[in-house]
Amino acid sequence: MGARLDVRKTYKLYIGGTFPRSESGRSYEVFAAPARAGATPRFLANAAQGSRKDARDAVVAARAAQPGWAGATAYNRGQVLYRVAEVMEGRRAQFAEEVRVGEGISPSRADSLVSQAIDRWVWYAGWTDKIAQVAGNPNPVAGPFFNLSVPEPCGVVAILAPQESSLLGLVSVIAPAIATGNTAVVVSSKDRPLPAVTLSECLATSDVPGGVVNIITGDAAEIAPWLASHRDVNGLDLTGSAGVEGLAWGELEASAAETLKLIVRPGGAGARAEEPDWAIEPAISRMTTFLETKTVWHPKGR
Amino acid sequence: MPTFEYAPAPESRAVVDIASSYGLFINGEWVDGHGTTFKTVNPASEEVLADIHEGDASDVDLAVKAARTAYSRVWSRMSGADRGKYLFRIARLLQERAREFAVLESLDNGKPIKETRDVDIPLAAAHFFYHAGWADKLGHAGLGPDPQPYGVVGQVIPWNFPLLMLSWKIAPALATGNTVVLKPAETTPLTALLFAEVCQQADLPPGVVNIVTGARETGQAIVDHPDIDKIAFTGSTGVGKMIARSIAGTRKGVTLELGGKGANIVFDDAPIDQTVEGIVRGIFFNQGHVCCAGSRLLVQESIAEEVTRRLQRRLATLRVGDPLDKNTDVGAINSRAQLDKITQLSEAGEAEGAQRWDNGCPLPDKGFWFRPTVFSGVTQTHRIAQEEIFGPVLSVLTFRTPQEAVAKANNTPYGLSAGIWTDKGSRILWTADQLKAGVVWANTFNQFDPTSPFGGYKESGYGREGGRHGLAGYLKGSN
Repeated sequence: MGARLDVRKTYKLYIGGTFPRSESGRSYEVFAAPARAGATPRFLANAAQGSRKDARDAVVAARAAQPGWAGATAYNRGQVLYRVAEVMEGRRAQFAEEVRVGEGISPSRADSLVSQAIDRWVWYAGWTDKIAQVAGNPNPVAGPFFNLSVPEPCGVVAILAPQESSLLGLVSVIAPAIATGNTAVVVSSKDRPLPAVTLSECLATSDVPGGVVNIITGDAAEIAPWLASHRDVNGLDLTGSAGVEGLAWGELEASAAETLKLIVRPGGAGARAEEPDWAIEPAISRMTTFLETKTVWHPKGR
Repeated sequence: MPTFEYAPAPESRAVVDIASSYGLFINGEWVDGHGTTFKTVNPASEEVLADIHEGDASDVDLAVKAARTAYSRVWSRMSGADRGKYLFRIARLLQERAREFAVLESLDNGKPIKETRDVDIPLAAAHFFYHAGWADKLGHAGLGPDPQPYGVVGQVIPWNFPLLMLSWKIAPALATGNTVVLKPAETTPLTALLFAEVCQQADLPPGVVNIVTGARETGQAIVDHPDIDKIAFTGSTGVGKMIARSIAGTRKGVTLELGGKGANIVFDDAPIDQTVEGIVRGIFFNQGHVCCAGSRLLVQESIAEEVTRRLQRRLATLRVGDPLDKNTDVGAINSRAQLDKITQLSEAGEAEGAQRWDNGCPLPDKGFWFRPTVFSGVTQTHRIAQEEIFGPVLSVLTFRTPQEAVAKANNTPYGLSAGIWTDKGSRILWTADQLKAGVVWANTFNQFDPTSPFGGYKESGYGREGGRHGLAGYLKGSN
């Protein structure tokens, strides 16, 4: 008997808790990072090539899921996020292999990145029931009032996931957005989408309600403009615009200005976009940018 | 109900000394602008108060250069404690000259002296006093261990609370170590120009505060200036969107306090007399020229008739007239352009089928005036339920269940303010949780305090002003 013929995975989108192909019927070829310049790229898989309509469907799913997710207790959201880390841990080997071939790095380097990605979920799982204490406070107004400022999620956040860091970077933009009660529509790395699809399978089996995270594989240059101008999107994370051909983040920001979306600009200086260093501990601004502060005045009296 | 007759009780104008013309305040000195001049008028009488310079792009450039030099040579090297002491000085000077500022504000803006005297000016001083104390304590604000200022901040403010909005902008900017170029509104520049004198009396280093008067193009020159690190704007949502587009693709920071269409929700168990006072405070305070005004009254259907009847009876006693009269409740509309807008939207309300009522009070012959007006039978699609009128006009809608109240309250692109009137504590907290609004007043309305963050959700803007949250808008990377 020869070696067993393996069963390969179909890589699909993740919208509203289900795994559809692109409504456009399109797919694109994903290759391993070339071992050396000029080498013939090795075919890995066909990924679904998400469309404008897929992005719109994802916004509908994200909006539908948002009140329930924001309304869950912070303790509950924390447990669900921790569960994601648990499920990722069980898939270490698969993530490590996808990161290794996609990013063209050594097995030990890939293993380290997977560890950091899982640990980052744990870090954000611990934030869910603390962010209101850190970002909110009572205000000592000069009058007979109890006055309290509390943070609330802004709603639906569209995220351009980083192009280079296909798992650690991906986790580092999704987790802060949803930890606080937002729901997300994520456009994955175009050339390295496989860890994003595997992450969506973890999310689907981690008690994360369908629609809380929606992941579209494909070309950010094609999909992002529709998300930037979408009237039912409240926040826009432009981190992943670094390294996308045919995409100017300033144009997306200008388009988002029409509905005054909250914006995370890409790293770098001036018009140049650079991918951040994902290894360092994140600033909480990735969470607080997508929060609104609500201040409530209550009179005191006998 | 009888209306009591009052003898006129005018506040004296003698306390103010208005020059016939004013220059720009750049680098601690008065200079002539390179553009044309325009006139600022008293909206209660249409009397010309002074000629004002319209700063052009070259004037803005001079102001930015002065602010940059002051930032790098003086202000960024000064200890937080010393920055704070300058702000404390300014707060005290505002208190010392409070009556002068109050009278000047009423003359230039048209708002009643009892509001400038009891609200605008005391709150402006309080903002400087509050932020003064932050200047040497920023590491304790929870915004990082060593938070850093942006550098030079461009600020553009509206005409509805001229000196108060100046203080909301300048006090936190200076406390956090920034220097500023500020443009007051074109119809209300006088208190900002008097504030420049306060800066001189406080011996504030030249260039830390620069005041450039002008109109839209002056503001655009500030927004577009490449050496400005952050823009802070209060005004209309339309202009706010233009600013957001202008700075897109740059690394400039931005905070925007924009429009609103606040819902004031009255449940059937609300204490009616207090509620009626709150409704009046919500929409007729400052002639309704308030971005967070409670301009949509949502009343539970079972008490709608009674609330409307009592509200109309109360409005019949409002005294509309001379802003300098201490008995005046409602002053002049700030400009002819604003009066035209209020008139036009009110006509649209009638045309779309809502029932119009006003208190029928006599109005002065000269100046810009509008009677306190209530529309009943308003539906959500009416323009007067969707668009910001920014005048003394209330739209009344009804609801049956708390869920319906919340759905109607949130049915707007804005999200600045809301009010809740009910005797039931748990209902207050549930409703407050559901409302998409940055400021929620329970059994009160239009309360402001320097410690309390102010700002809106959605198309009401970015960021907060006041309180610990307001500091974040002036410190890099902390929001």
